[in-house]
Amino acid sequence: MGETLYDKLWRSHVIRDYGDGTALLYVDRHLLHEVSTPQSFIAMEKKQRALWRPTANLAVPDHVVSTTDRHLPIPDPLARAQTQRLVENVARHDIPFIPLDDRRQGIVHVIGPEQGFTLPGIVLACGDSHTSTHGAFGCLAFGIGASECGIVMATQSIRQRRARAMRVTITGTRGPFINAKDVALALIARIGANGAAGHAVEYAGPVVSAMSMSERLTLCNMSIEAGARVGLIAPDETTFAYLKGRPMAPKGEMFERAVAYWRTLPSDPDAVFDREIVIDVGDVEPHVTWGTSPEDALPIGARVPYVAADAEPARRERHGRALAYMGLSPGQPLEDIPVDVVFIGSCTNSRIEDLRAAAAVATGRRVAAGVKALVVPGSGLVREQAESEGLARTFLEAGFEWRQPGCSMCVGMNGDTLASGQRSASTSNRNFEGRQGVGGRTHLMSPAMAAAAAITGRLTDVRKLMGTAS
Amino acid sequence: MTSFPPINSVAAHMPERNIDTDAIYPARYLLLMDRDNLGPYLFRDRRFHPDGSPREEFILNREPFSSAQVIVAGAGFGCGSSREQAVWTLTGFGVRCVIAPSFGEIFAGNASKNGLLTIALPEETVQRLGEAAERGARFRVDLEERLLCVDNEQIAVIDIPESTRAALLNGWDETDILLREEREAIAAFETRRGLEQPWLTLER
Repeated sequence: MGETLYDKLWRSHVIRDYGDGTALLYVDRHLLHEVSTPQSFIAMEKKQRALWRPTANLAVPDHVVSTTDRHLPIPDPLARAQTQRLVENVARHDIPFIPLDDRRQGIVHVIGPEQGFTLPGIVLACGDSHTSTHGAFGCLAFGIGASECGIVMATQSIRQRRARAMRVTITGTRGPFINAKDVALALIARIGANGAAGHAVEYAGPVVSAMSMSERLTLCNMSIEAGARVGLIAPDETTFAYLKGRPMAPKGEMFERAVAYWRTLPSDPDAVFDREIVIDVGDVEPHVTWGTSPEDALPIGARVPYVAADAEPARRERHGRALAYMGLSPGQPLEDIPVDVVFIGSCTNSRIEDLRAAAAVATGRRVAAGVKALVVPGSGLVREQAESEGLARTFLEAGFEWRQPGCSMCVGMNGDTLASGQRSASTSNRNFEGRQGVGGRTHLMSPAMAAAAAITGRLTDVRKLMGTAS
Repeated sequence: MTSFPPINSVAAHMPERNIDTDAIYPARYLLLMDRDNLGPYLFRDRRFHPDGSPREEFILNREPFSSAQVIVAGAGFGCGSSREQAVWTLTGFGVRCVIAPSFGEIFAGNASKNGLLTIALPEETVQRLGEAAERGARFRVDLEERLLCVDNEQIAVIDIPESTRAALLNGWDETDILLREEREAIAAFETRRGLEQPWLTLER
């Protein structure tokens, strides 16, 4: 019987199989940011441990950094201290580092691929749940906690439980403006926020093969919102073309050798998955979330749902709680919901392709009166690229704010937050209570959909705005 | 002397599904760089009004559940962000065991490294335990004997990997164990890997 991509990645990294479903895996690469590592360093230093292999690490500040006034110190003293702590820790342990004032600085899951630090066939860990993003390159990438960050730094290995394999095959022809984000939200709505728990999810099929790396990263990024720690896409010509010439990717003959190996990674034709799901993208509409879990996603033409008549008490309670928190009533058309803030950014949707999609909607239009709209590029290099393509000017002329790179309003701990009761259209990944600020109300969607919401001031079917609705 | 003595406590029932780590420990407190004494921030925005006064109706603000060492929760407890603070704030508050149909995987991994036991049981069982919890039943968790009992009725044999159980009972530090027992295996693996896939070796 053939092997899946996950099988191959797992097998090629087993240092020791403990025979109880867990194994010690070698970790090729570790990404660090300022929020999940201070405690890891404290614990390491208390035990006088050194890093196993400093050059297998790459650190960058992203979560708490300010996205405005970069020439000034970070205003919040706690955020400033945490960023400074990362600077001190990486200096003391000789860890490769991209500082805040470097043009390469950005969101850890954007710069990993951009620098060629992320490669097919590796195990990559990071103290952030959206590490699943990197699986778009055909590597085994997963989020870990602070204790595990310390384990990885000191031992270059980590004990993991082997996941079951799930394949999501995406077929069909997509309509205009249907993005990887819509596919991800449709999938999560179908299987639930916990629906892929215990599984490594491989995305496959002709639609995935035709996707850019950017869209593949979006898909894998959202895997954790379906409960899967790992998302995967087989490496192919698109992957290799993306990596060629990246600063930390192999060069010349070494690159060719690497590609020859990477070609062996895709799941064998006779590989068997524990679970198979097929999505016909022709059936996928632009999606938005209405509630406080990513599974609360619906096509934009839908209405805020009533709770099912036969729902069990816990589901009923959660539904009611989500409606109350979001300030919505069942039966209300989603397209009638007004927004105060629009956020285009985050590790889900802040790459150049995302900004192009949003800018295409913003071109020649104006942000609605009273709406605050932020565009936060995923890295300094994305920002430069967007400026050279004229996207920044498009956004500014339309009334969007053009920010410096960082996690910004995805995570509500860096000054970019919703006020209580404010409602956002957001390209980020989580609509949890309080995620974007205490009492803030988040609606998740694609970049084009968020840009459309900025223009009209309410949740909007971008196809109608752009005159492409069928 | 065990690091995980038996628990004998009431349990707080939180039946909601997918209670995420942002709810357990709001992101703004991630700016603190501590891991001890994080109990006051547990479920901060559900447990307290914005002015800091307690929300009387919240389960952990109600007697006798304010001193519960066990939480009985809905499926997907601890989903979302990888923040280990979600575990540290629970243990800081005094919670030592969470029972649910399923857990966020990263959360469960973090829990076992910090003396927090997660027990996954079938949905129907958890529902029954939730009802018992609301009645104020006593939950006894004996990891040495692997037994979960509620009001002296044996409910389940605690089914977790032996390594996790040993780590909890002994309070072992996983890094110490790996460096002691696997150092040579890791080094040998790394050397072989460097020869087979030389493009992976990064230089400065």
